[in-house]
This record gives sequence, C-alpha cells and structure tokens, in this order.
Amino acid sequence: MGVWECGSVGSVKKTTMIKFLSQPWPWWISGFSIAGIMAALLFSGKNFGFSANLSNICSMMGIGKRVPFFNFNWREQQWNLWFLLGSVIGGYIAIHYLSSAQPLSLSPATISDLKKLNIPFDGKLEPASIFNWNNIFTGKGILLFLGGGFLIGFGTRYAGGCTSGHAISGLSNLQLPSLIAVIGFFIGGIFTTYILFPIIFK
Amino acid sequence: MKSIRYILIGILFGIILTKSEAVSWYRIQEMFRFQSFFMYGIIGTAVITGIILVAAIKKYQWKDSGGKPVRFDLKDKFWKKYLIGGSIFGVGWAMTGACPGPVFVLLGQGYTIMLMVIAGALTGTLVFGLLRNRLPQ
Repeated sequence: MGVWECGSVGSVKKTTMIKFLSQPWPWWISGFSIAGIMAALLFSGKNFGFSANLSNICSMMGIGKRVPFFNFNWREQQWNLWFLLGSVIGGYIAIHYLSSAQPLSLSPATISDLKKLNIPFDGKLEPASIFNWNNIFTGKGILLFLGGGFLIGFGTRYAGGCTSGHAISGLSNLQLPSLIAVIGFFIGGIFTTYILFPIIFK
Repeated sequence: MKSIRYILIGILFGIILTKSEAVSWYRIQEMFRFQSFFMYGIIGTAVITGIILVAAIKKYQWKDSGGKPVRFDLKDKFWKKYLIGGSIFGVGWAMTGACPGPVFVLLGQGYTIMLMVIAGALTGTLVFGLLRNRLPQ
C-alpha cells in the first residue's frame, strides 16, 4: 500500500512537471537556459560552438588527407559530436513529450508579410509549405535547402563561428570580432528577407 | 563514459531550443523583420547572463570540473572575415530559418528534409576548406 502511494504521488508530480514544461516558454526563461548550456560546457572545460561540428565531421570522414584545413585530430572534438547527437535526441523528446497544443504566437505583422510572399502561417514551428520533401526537386527547394545549407557551412567556417560561438559565447566574453560577425549575420539575414525572398517566393 | 555528460547537455540544448522556438523559421523571419521583441529577448537574456557569468568566472577564478581554470577561446582580430563570413552565414540562416544547432534539433523533431541542409552545410564547409588560402582574411 505504502509503495503504491509513493508511486502515485511520484507520477502525479511527474505529470505536473511535464505539463509545466510543455507550456510555451517565456523568452527570458529560454535566454537564461541557453546561457546555462554555455555554463555547463565551460565548467566541463569546453567552449560552446556548434558549427565546429561541420569541420569535425569533414575531418572524421578522412578529408584531412587531401585538404589540410581538416587535418586535425577530430577525436579531441569528440565531445562536441556527442553534444550534436544529444541535440537531435533533445529535439525528438521535446516535440514528442513536451509540446503544447497552442499554435506559435507569431506577430500578426509577420503573418501578413509572409502571406504576401504566398507562405501561409500554419501555427507550427516550420512552414509545411516549404519544409517538405515534395519541394526537393523544385528550384526553390534546391536553393533553400542545399543552397542555404551551403552558405551556412561556408559562412560559419569563414567567420569562425555561428550563433552559439559568436552571438552567445563571443559576446558573453566581450569579443569585438564576435560583434562584427553578429552584425554580418544581420546584414545577410535582412538582405535575404527583403531582397531575396520577394524574388524567390513571388 | 565522459560521452554521457555531453549527450545529456546536448539533450537539454535540443529541448531548450525547441521550447524557446528559436529553431522556428517563422521566428527567424519575425526577427529579421523586427516585428517582435521575442528573439531579441532570448538572445539578449542569454548574452547578459553570459556576460555576468564570464565576468564572475574571471574575477573569482572558478575552476572547471577537472580542476583547471575555465578556458575561453579568443577570436583573432581579422575583422574582414567576420563581416564577410558572417554576412554569408546570415543569408543561409534566413533562407533555412536555422543556424547549425537548430538544423540538427529540427532533424530530431522529424523534419528529415534537414538532411539536405546538412548535406549543403558539409559541402559549404568543405569548399571553404579548399578555398581558404585564396579568400581575404
């Protein structure tokens, strides 16, 4: 009897916790938690920088034999690849066990701007009209997925980091180069949003 | 089994990025259109917390779990590559609505189309590795 009671109290607490976590998070909790990830890595003796993994994978595939840039001991960066694996699992857990039924609370101005570009707002994290396999053989799909991916890979290595390495780690350590990189991120992003998107989507 | 620690931190990262909605293509559009404070609130809170944390680590000389002083990667001062590289990445970020971390988090969420973005990103990294010495630094 006692065990049963303990068990049910435990599961009540557990479901309350899951319900609590499943609500949409306020921005400040998210920001604070992301800094917590950086802290967990710093106190493990590591620096938070996700895009380094793209180099790590290239090195792991043996490309270092031909391209000196990838000729480093990727095993020393293995921790970051484990971190990458965890992030995939985390995405799975969050969407299957911690998601809320509420649609994304996107700004009405954005919804209306995207509508003008023929991108309907469906309340999910990603627009289903773009992110589906049917688009893979269209020019738009190839441009957005392969082309966009290419620019992410090329740009992050050129700039020596992405959002985690520059915007979070670099700015936290008051690195001027990171501020310049973040300004670059916005130059590219604003150019794409206002100049390229009307061409791609209209 | 040191790998377990990093897998666990990674899992937390995946959950946090999903729940924060920072992985959302829509949220990135909203950010680049300056139509909500949401993403700026997330990045701003993370950076302010980070600045306080890093300052405290330096001031009190906190050690990491291995007993060594906490180490920070420093960036070199060739500003051109940050501006050019950063702008190129920014185009890719807006197009896919995801930076490298979120690409993998979204894959875990079931957006298998992200495999194409990953293929593109690895190609881009490879091409950068090939051209590196010919690019302005």
